Amino acid sequence: MPPLLRFRKLSFSEDTVNPTAKQQTTTEKPKRRRAGRCSCVDSCCWAIGYLCTAWWLLLFLYHSVPVPAMLQARESPGTRLSRDGVKALHPMILVPGIVTGGLELWEGRPCAEGLFRKRLWGASFTEILRRPLCWLEHLSLDSETGLDPPGIRVRAVPGLVAADYFVPCYFAWAVLIENLAKIGYEGKNLHMASYDWRLSFHNTEVRDQSLSRLKSKIELMYATNGYKKVVVVPHSMGAIYFLHFLKWVETPLPDGGGGGGPGWCAKHVKAIVNIGPAFLGVPKAVSNLLSAEGKDIAYARSLAPGLLDSELLKLQTLEHLMRMSHSWDSIFSLLPKGGEAIWGNLDSHTKEGHSCIDSKRKLSQSNLHRQNDGIRPESWVKEPAKYGRIIAFGKRASEVPSSQLNTLNTKELSRGDDSLNDSTSCGEFWSEYSEISRESIVKVAENTAYTATTVLDLLRFIAPKMMKRAEAHFSHGIAEDLDDPKYGHYKYWSNPLETKLPDALEMEMYCLYGVGIPTERSYIYKLTTPSSKCKSSIPFRIDGSVDGDDDIYLKGGTRFVDGDESVPVISAGFMCAKGWRGKTRFNPSGMETFVREYKHKPPGSLLESRGTESGSHVDIMGNVGLIEDVLRIASGASGQEIGGDRVYSNVMKMSERVSIKL
Amino acid sequence: MPLIHRKKPQTPPSEEVVAPDEDSQKKPPHESSSSSKTHKKSNGGGKWSCVDSCCWFIGCVCVTWWFLLFLYNAMPASFPQYVTERITGPLPDPPGVKLKKEGLKAQHPVVFIPGIVTGGLELWEGKQCADGLFRKRLWGGTFGEVYKRPLCWVEHMSLDNETGLDPDGIRVRAVSGLVAADYFAPGYFVWAVLIANLAHIGYEEKNMYMAAYDWRLSFQNTEVRDQTLSRMKSNIELMVSTNGGKKAVIVPHSMGVLYFLHFMKWVEEPAPMGGGGGPDWCAKYIKAVMNIGGPFLGVPKAVSGLFSAEAKDVAVARAIAPGFLDTDIFRLQTLQHIMRMTRTWDSTMSMLPKGGDTIWGGLDWSPEKGHTCCGKKQKRNETCGEAGENGVSKIKPANYGRMISFGKEIAEAAPSEINNIDFRGAVKGQSFPNHTCRDVWTEYHDMGIAGIKAIAEYKVYTADAVIDLLHYVAPKMMARGSAHFSYGIADDLDDPKYKDPKYWSNPLETKLPNAPEMEIYSLYGVGIPTERAYVYKLNQSPDSCIPFQIFTSAHEEDEDSCLKAGVYNVDGDETVPVLSAGYMCAKAWRGKTRFNPSGIKTYVREYNHSPPANLLEGRGTQSGAHVDIMGNFALIEDIMRVAAGGNGSEIGHDQVYSGIYEWSDRIDLKL
Repeated sequence: MPPLLRFRKLSFSEDTVNPTAKQQTTTEKPKRRRAGRCSCVDSCCWAIGYLCTAWWLLLFLYHSVPVPAMLQARESPGTRLSRDGVKALHPMILVPGIVTGGLELWEGRPCAEGLFRKRLWGASFTEILRRPLCWLEHLSLDSETGLDPPGIRVRAVPGLVAADYFVPCYFAWAVLIENLAKIGYEGKNLHMASYDWRLSFHNTEVRDQSLSRLKSKIELMYATNGYKKVVVVPHSMGAIYFLHFLKWVETPLPDGGGGGGPGWCAKHVKAIVNIGPAFLGVPKAVSNLLSAEGKDIAYARSLAPGLLDSELLKLQTLEHLMRMSHSWDSIFSLLPKGGEAIWGNLDSHTKEGHSCIDSKRKLSQSNLHRQNDGIRPESWVKEPAKYGRIIAFGKRASEVPSSQLNTLNTKELSRGDDSLNDSTSCGEFWSEYSEISRESIVKVAENTAYTATTVLDLLRFIAPKMMKRAEAHFSHGIAEDLDDPKYGHYKYWSNPLETKLPDALEMEMYCLYGVGIPTERSYIYKLTTPSSKCKSSIPFRIDGSVDGDDDIYLKGGTRFVDGDESVPVISAGFMCAKGWRGKTRFNPSGMETFVREYKHKPPGSLLESRGTESGSHVDIMGNVGLIEDVLRIASGASGQEIGGDRVYSNVMKMSERVSIKL
Repeated sequence: MPLIHRKKPQTPPSEEVVAPDEDSQKKPPHESSSSSKTHKKSNGGGKWSCVDSCCWFIGCVCVTWWFLLFLYNAMPASFPQYVTERITGPLPDPPGVKLKKEGLKAQHPVVFIPGIVTGGLELWEGKQCADGLFRKRLWGGTFGEVYKRPLCWVEHMSLDNETGLDPDGIRVRAVSGLVAADYFAPGYFVWAVLIANLAHIGYEEKNMYMAAYDWRLSFQNTEVRDQTLSRMKSNIELMVSTNGGKKAVIVPHSMGVLYFLHFMKWVEEPAPMGGGGGPDWCAKYIKAVMNIGGPFLGVPKAVSGLFSAEAKDVAVARAIAPGFLDTDIFRLQTLQHIMRMTRTWDSTMSMLPKGGDTIWGGLDWSPEKGHTCCGKKQKRNETCGEAGENGVSKIKPANYGRMISFGKEIAEAAPSEINNIDFRGAVKGQSFPNHTCRDVWTEYHDMGIAGIKAIAEYKVYTADAVIDLLHYVAPKMMARGSAHFSYGIADDLDDPKYKDPKYWSNPLETKLPNAPEMEIYSLYGVGIPTERAYVYKLNQSPDSCIPFQIFTSAHEEDEDSCLKAGVYNVDGDETVPVLSAGYMCAKAWRGKTRFNPSGIKTYVREYNHSPPANLLEGRGTQSGAHVDIMGNFALIEDIMRVAAGGNGSEIGHDQVYSGIYEWSDRIDLKL
């Protein structure tokens, strides 16, 4: 820190001069006047100087003091296992999820000058603040093709740096990598399969050949590490990306696959250790697509209404975010899959037995058991929450029996064409909302509720172009007959309910995820009053004012269930707990599956920062229990050896209730 | 991140605000506890204590600093360029932009192979002292750790001196990806300019690949430890297949050139030793090899580096401040530690001069005979730079063949006057010349005074003798090294012994692959004095552990002399003499020769060095220096044209400024 030193030195030299000056000021009156005149500026400088000095002093102390005992972290799992003789055996492939991977600029518009090979996504995000519109333009994809807009190339950062830290000090994979290194992993047997997470899975191959690279990398690592099969660790969306890969790699070349042949997975993959997998999608994706908001934004809005909607600096934050995220195909891979069979219909409440774990109301723990025994707890006097209604307009619509709801036939609604009213101030802003007439919007929203199946119809209605693009790449149904040749199409490959797992008896499938955190499951929406200036602003929003009076599962317009803050238990656990367990039609070879849950324990103090026993979606990557499991699997242990299933939630019960043909 | 630290105080946590206030109250006790600020206002400047003034001053400086920083950040990005253009006139378009306008498009995948030193290395497992450096760069980046914990750093950067692999408990690995060598240190580009220009015509991560390897290891060990060669093979195959079967263009730099020679041999060799790619692998996957500043035949610098851990730069520094480097500052004994470290790196031995006296010259001749060096001030002199045959030059031609000579007189004497006393049989004394050096491992203390004397009495060493000399002064190191590298010339290339990997990186002991459509380019800078031979002396200093050092006071009075500070210079790119970089492509591989049985086309392209006109240009766009040439626009343009599908005759065949052809003809080698 050369400038720091310079400041110090100068200030010392000032010291020696000063005493004389002080004497003069005390004796001579004119000098006093001068001092009085600029005293305001002086005081400011003085204050800043004080703060800086104090800061440096503390910083210096902080650096010079050896790591204090209280901060001495517990021994990391890597060190402990390495002492127990656990050694690197199987090469590891890490597959990052959505959002956590860095993206960098390779070719841009003039406004992005000087950002060549700098991160646009990840790291410090400084460019958002400096040139927000430019940033949005570069991160958006072409709304027709879902590929690069002309003249812009933004690419995934390769290598481990792609997703070790999302932003400085906010680890994603770093802790896991460090622990793997302790038992002997390094560049040659540890690979981060980063990909451009904005693209649809098939397009990552079309544009970047990401799948081909991954295949070649796995083959190489298999060969150079003494023909040991690889262990794959996908996280979040990476889990469905890797499902897509499994299918792609065994599909012959002429059908658009990787041409690995039917035995490829059996030969190269030992285990797939999914962390917080979003196999059946997340309800969050719905609210994100519908109104570019989630729990957090709804909460912020209820605190400071109007702030986000006002045209602050003409940015129209949410609208811009929406436009950007609507151009990303990958979000559609996260829409709830399996429709009403999985997520419940208008009347069903598959999770009625579920109790939300609120740290302040540990009592509800006991409620859970009572409820399961058929006794209704007092807090449950009303209709049980209807989680099946993923989107409901108004609290009433979320609770009344289905017979009282309006049924909506989207086909009879006209997409209004009253562009006359279109205010020009919003003209440059692309969102398909501007094409829908107000009446249709009202009709859509009037006392209606949408289930996982009908929500797709809703999206098709309000954003037809977007859904058309997306549905060429993703499918959200359940297959009747998996041998139907239509399932050879790549759009089915990432849906676990429409593909078979590869024929690899010895492969193991793990679902590791956190539980014990309220996770968004369904939303209560309201219509916004259209702003006079800009019609195209988002017409729906989460009704942040709806709170369950004594219903702790409903807060700020959002109903919660158990999960890891992003992925509900049913989505993360169902496939491993039931859909793939044993020989089913989705798992024809009968490979073993394991469900391992990690109970969320918030960090004990601020010093622990994000905790070593966290169960939340990203922080779980620092969970010592999970890391230990991953390390053991990497060093050759099987699922039985690490303890088989470990379940805290009622995922098994919930899965029982889901009736799909297996 | 001093920037952030200084910015934070603007919104400090409340406790910190309180702390200094309390301090201030203690120091000036007459101030009331309410608010010191208001007091000052009312009392005028009268109560400003010394501490206050300090703080005031610091505050002022900080505020100005932030203000300037803010201005700097708010400044449009094109501002510096605008200033430069106003001062120096319009800049030429970078080649990327220019060629994009011509309609060039990315065609062939490009593979970069960095050289020695430029690639980053990061820590994967370390000793206690390197806590918290996991996956941080030890080599490259800011080199911050060198200052913070120098001994720890040296320990981690060293390899095992027996095996040439990792020491126990330490794993330092090459950084992978383009970041490995785009910038060596912040702001000091290596590959970055080339990458940026290639990106203009459509290159990106999927068709560009940096084959980073641990440059400290011997070439075969990179495969043994990290499987680097296998990865490179697999990556090239992948890129060729995903880019529609277009063959790769390989761009090695410096030692990467030798590494790639090794690779080409390795990949076609059958499995246990080689990569098992079959005899036509190179023909199938490689379009062109564009060697930048390739030390095909080694560099004399490596000799002085290994012999006494110094080079021209160190010698110059020593001439300026004698004694400084040898003193025991902080007990660091800088040079000795560097020497110990570099001697554990096998790769430095790949750069020792190859081909012996046949290539580098004997006692009384050298290929560059008659070369004259120009002082910088005499650029206008027209005779300058031309061969001495014109008879204009009065300067004594330097005897470049004498790579190391003890004393200036010896370096200039006629061959008959030198009577060598053979050092090879000299008994190594048991007495340590210096006891304090025992903790620094250099093998010099094994040699004893007698051995050192014997070396100095041999007086003159040619390229062949230099290898023997190193064998004598550092037997362990050379034993390790000679298992991996060879420096001779093959008599019969079909001899089965040449299947040993140690010959693969020596162009004089291997054949090029059978790939008649491939092209080999030698691109290098000329016009910079480059080390070629040294004048040494015995080191009399008692507290130095290295008994030899470059005789820095050996000068010629004449400005034009090639002898400067104990070093004889020839034409080159500051590191690699022209002979080493150009000979193979200019002669030994030209046409169908025994080294090039399939008659691969070769091209020599030299780039005349012209230093940057002013400071604003940074390292210049027409530089010919070993690393700076990577920013040379002409070179970048050549590479891009080839990458976009051009071939050697389209970019203009040979381009020669130096006397490389003449010098090559003087070398008497069976082809």
